[in-house]
Amino acid sequence: MKGFSKGGIHAPEYKISSRKAVVSLPLPEIAVVPLSQHIGAPAVPCVSKGDTVRTGQVIATAAGFVSSNIHAPVSGTVIAVDATPDAGGMRKPSVSIRTDGDVWMDGIDRSDTLVEECRLSKQEIVDKIKEAGIVGMGGATFPTHVKLSVPAGKKAECLIINGVECEPFLTADHRIMLEKGEQIVAGIEILIRALEVPRAYIGIENNKPDAIEHMERLCASRPHIEVVPLRVRYPQGGEKQLIEAVTGREVPSGGLPIDTGAVVQNVGTALAVYEAVQKNKPLIERVVTVTGKALAEPANLKVRIGTPIRSLIEFCGGLPQDAGKVINGGPMMGRAVANLDAPVTKGTSGILIIRQKGAVRKPALSCIKCAKCVGVCPMGLEPYLLSKLSQRARYDELEALKITDCIECGSCSYTCPSYLPLLDYIRLGKAETLRRIRSRKNPEK
Amino acid sequence: MSGVLGFTVLTLCVIGVLAAVVLYVVAQKFKVYEDPRIDDVERMLPGANCGGCGYPGCRGLADALVKNDDISTLYCSAGGAETMQKIAAYLGKTAAEQEPQVAVVRCSGSCDKRPRTNIYDGASSCAVEAALYGGETGCSYGCLGKGDCVAACQFGALSIDPATGLPVVDEALCTACGACVAACPKRIIELRKKGIKGRRVYVGCVNRDKGAVARKACAVSCIGCGKCVRTCPFEAITLSENLAYIDADKCKLCRKCVAECPQGSILAVNFPQPRPEKKTQEAACDAPSA
Repeated sequence: MKGFSKGGIHAPEYKISSRKAVVSLPLPEIAVVPLSQHIGAPAVPCVSKGDTVRTGQVIATAAGFVSSNIHAPVSGTVIAVDATPDAGGMRKPSVSIRTDGDVWMDGIDRSDTLVEECRLSKQEIVDKIKEAGIVGMGGATFPTHVKLSVPAGKKAECLIINGVECEPFLTADHRIMLEKGEQIVAGIEILIRALEVPRAYIGIENNKPDAIEHMERLCASRPHIEVVPLRVRYPQGGEKQLIEAVTGREVPSGGLPIDTGAVVQNVGTALAVYEAVQKNKPLIERVVTVTGKALAEPANLKVRIGTPIRSLIEFCGGLPQDAGKVINGGPMMGRAVANLDAPVTKGTSGILIIRQKGAVRKPALSCIKCAKCVGVCPMGLEPYLLSKLSQRARYDELEALKITDCIECGSCSYTCPSYLPLLDYIRLGKAETLRRIRSRKNPEK
Repeated sequence: MSGVLGFTVLTLCVIGVLAAVVLYVVAQKFKVYEDPRIDDVERMLPGANCGGCGYPGCRGLADALVKNDDISTLYCSAGGAETMQKIAAYLGKTAAEQEPQVAVVRCSGSCDKRPRTNIYDGASSCAVEAALYGGETGCSYGCLGKGDCVAACQFGALSIDPATGLPVVDEALCTACGACVAACPKRIIELRKKGIKGRRVYVGCVNRDKGAVARKACAVSCIGCGKCVRTCPFEAITLSENLAYIDADKCKLCRKCVAECPQGSILAVNFPQPRPEKKTQEAACDAPSA
């Protein structure tokens, strides 16, 4: 069975919601739509207080190439264009809409009929994806149209669809592969057309045998799409790890995935691409796994962007008595939520509730130089050293030791027997090192 | 036996003399002349190597003081005016005049004034916490209390008050080197004029949220109401982004704004009657989570 070669961990999977079909969550009373739900420049609002908007209407336009349009997830009245606290409590620009129904924009096809045929040109597809505000749905939220615009001099050779879902607990991608497989395949065909590549692979970890079987059946008549079962290993869903697992090629240090000729897209993105290109539907909702061992009713919910996290939890039986921590994302890479009224965004793949017992970190002891972190690092770095050098602000050494290659997967912190907060400091050192590299390239900034 | 001993001693002596000659010749050939005044000036400097002057250590500043004709831009904040005068007299140059400064913590959100909304249990570092999220309280501008400033201070002038959870500056020890200002990820600490008899009036808050939001998060936050701006007879106070700022150069220490502030977020320190600022010792903070 294929897999990536270096490091990685296998945490308990706890995919407790994998048999729960996707359910639609009722519309929020007030949808708070942040203007920066993607990597890149925040979108510029094009509505003002008091305006009436319809579901799917553009409410903020992309500010530059690496940016993304934002659409109204509900119909109603704009009640504020200001700053609201995000999941971390930091105030971020956003548009708040009071819902009064669900009147969609004209031209959006909401029927379930499968439209497979696509005659659009490469550029038309990319433009439609850009217009629909689609970003990477795996969590990194990199604008999809940027990924599809292969830079001059580089050539895309294959498309890899990421159905790995290596984070424990999360099952959103698993469910959409089972329930929306046809649409995903149609989306893959569109992406193949946009990239002009001869082949596509769908990487799925073998803890989802039903999804592998289902996708294989759908792709049986399409020899150019191959389903690649992968051995279960975190962080296989990382772009670089997935490319290596599927194609055997390694992304060079400091390079981009396109240097190996591969373009990676999440299954959720493929679905969103299908809906945008064939149904004219912008990205205004997504599937979110709401899960946790203590939660009464773990579920996979289809949620409009802008719905408060609190209402997702309430739909699933409310916050349990002994809840210790709510995490936005998976347990490995997700971030603790400080504000439950923060909205679901384009990158929210899961809401995880951890019990009191598991929520508190154990006190850090000293490093015993066991090198477990070195063994599990999928990028072949030395986490204990990077962490220490970050604390001492020795940025030149950090740069030489390739701290910028860190994908922040957290395997080092997970595995450390001394409970050292390795990734916390590495992240700090990485941010500062990147800042230094940037200011060296553009000294005036 | 004595022949071997004599021979050994003689050989070593010859090698020693030869090495001495070689070393002497090389030392003369590659001699680097260094102004002896640099050593003298370095001795006059405090020797803290704090970097407050912008040079890598006292030697760096001494070098710059000796080599530059115009030393008006150079200043040793740790040594202060006295040291600068002494050095200037020694070098026969004119030293910069700079009023003594002190680090000022612009956050008064002690735990009884600023309720906790969540618990942080990551690495005990303000920089790490600030990179992750807004902090343990509703105010995403205020002090995180993990003591990055305390760790940065080489003079032991800073400490976290366990009662308030906020850093306290020991004015006698603070040299205004600016290490804490650079270390604070929230940019709360500011170097301000020490003032006559150490008397200062400043806004003890950096919250830029709108008034209602700021007040909900913290009982002593600046709400940007502008009362102080209107009260100030010397136009020393400006308001931007819902936050008042007092210009220390224009402020005449009349303290009219202190009485006017509805939130009590303007602080006046070292005045004869102690202000309520020092009375925050009532409730002890929750023990920081391990």
